[in-house]
Amino acid sequence: MRSSGLADALVLGGVTLYATPVVWQLATSLTASGDPADVMAGLSLAHYRAVLGASPMPRALANSVGIAAAVTLLAAALAAPAAYALARLPVAGRRLLLVGIVLSTALPTVATVAPLYLIVRALGLRDTWLAVILADTSFALPLSIWLVVGFIREIPRELEEAAAVDGAGRLAALRHVLLPVLAPGLAAASLLTFLFAWNEFLLAYTFTATEASRTAPVALALFPGVFETPWGDIAAASMLASLPPVLVVLALRRHLVRGLLAGSLKE
Amino acid sequence: MTARGDRRLAWVLLAPALSVLAVVTVYPIVRVIALSLERRVPIFGIADFVGLANYAFLARDGAFWGAMRVTALFTVVSVAAELVLGVAAAVALRAQRRGVAISLSLLLLPWCLPGVVTGRIFEWIYHPSAGLMNRLVAVVVASAQPNWLGDPRLALPAVIAADVWRTTPFIALLVYARLVGVPAAVYEAAAVDGAGRGATFWRITLPLLRPVLLVALLFRTLDAVRAFDLMFILTGGGPAGVTETLTLYAYRSLFQTLQLGFGSASAVVVGALVVALAWGHLAATGERDAV
Repeated sequence: MRSSGLADALVLGGVTLYATPVVWQLATSLTASGDPADVMAGLSLAHYRAVLGASPMPRALANSVGIAAAVTLLAAALAAPAAYALARLPVAGRRLLLVGIVLSTALPTVATVAPLYLIVRALGLRDTWLAVILADTSFALPLSIWLVVGFIREIPRELEEAAAVDGAGRLAALRHVLLPVLAPGLAAASLLTFLFAWNEFLLAYTFTATEASRTAPVALALFPGVFETPWGDIAAASMLASLPPVLVVLALRRHLVRGLLAGSLKE
Repeated sequence: MTARGDRRLAWVLLAPALSVLAVVTVYPIVRVIALSLERRVPIFGIADFVGLANYAFLARDGAFWGAMRVTALFTVVSVAAELVLGVAAAVALRAQRRGVAISLSLLLLPWCLPGVVTGRIFEWIYHPSAGLMNRLVAVVVASAQPNWLGDPRLALPAVIAADVWRTTPFIALLVYARLVGVPAAVYEAAAVDGAGRGATFWRITLPLLRPVLLVALLFRTLDAVRAFDLMFILTGGGPAGVTETLTLYAYRSLFQTLQLGFGSASAVVVGALVVALAWGHLAATGERDAV
């Protein structure tokens, strides 16, 4: 059908046009002059060399990898058992806990950044990974718990009960029966946690002071320019700071859509 | 397995998460409220209890009400634009037969970028002489060179446009996922009944999308009220405060003027506003029962 082929081309053209700002930044990063209009004259990796060779960016990327990985693991390890208890076991005050957890997912980071700052200072953790990890976890954990509770409730109870009847202990049943079924949901929640921790700016900006702990978004926001703004270098640094979330999202796109829909659509 | 054993197991499983939340979430919430009742300037060693004085000052501060107005305008305009564009994009995607995976991947790109990156991208696009915007403007009007982020009339629309670009894909994706779940028979029945495209959209598609649109409305409204990165990078709240939202106002009082007490009062206002919006939404849509 010719008309549907044309419609497909129009939609594809539309979404490609929509990505123009990213393409513009990419072109800026790849031209020696930093002027995307020169992109036809030849590509250059000069800006990437400058950023990777003589800027705080490589260290910041390493900090971001470490911090985002730690927050993701910590949130998953804490959320999964808690979510199981809230979804399946008798918990006094469950409703109140769940309402509290849902409402804290709405909390803006600016609301509690001041007390978190005082805690971090009192513990002597300023400018360390741990400070950012603790603060990020405060905002990532409620969402993880809430999402995983939703995923566990979707799984039929009979599955675990059947395993229990077979004589498997409760924890063994959880590990061998529930966990495999829950894995895609945990992956979705972890993906959202990773994206949050990688992209988070306000907390990381507040708790870091030097290259020792600055994350990629903070280093990009503070990207140094001596006499004029180095747009080409900034463009290259933006591309590098975007690479991990873009790769992770493209690789796990299916889980992501599931995560976005989860816990939100009760129909 | 006894009921008592279950209860004990529940607390063992909950304890680690709840202890962490008690320290990094609950205690900070209590503490920020306590701080908001103090006059506290750490660099001068000042810490006095002043009751509601900080809130009284907020109520009289023109900059605070300016930030309130900017936040309301930013939230209403950007969320409305995102919902309309997101639904349109989702309907177009649903009609696409081949290459849907490519479209979805391209759409996810703006959404998954760090906010600081989006800020840097648009800062460059809005650059007065070398930016993409003014190169396009120059094609149409030879002499015009608007200063998108420096002109008080243009700065807020420019920031809103960047936010709409970044978050419309989220709504498009959410709505698309819902549309995929609608059985084709629903539309076939409508076609048999002689419903045109317009009637089908307004009478069938839109009512089906109601639940997902309410969720999108909540998520996006909360995100818009909490927005920080984009304004921080693009304008820092300027020019002349026309893009200063409540979060920027609160952050500035906390960490630029270092008034932890007063800053905490404005942080409490932002937090209370957001939580009230979330609570109101849950109550209105009856999703509280799902809890």
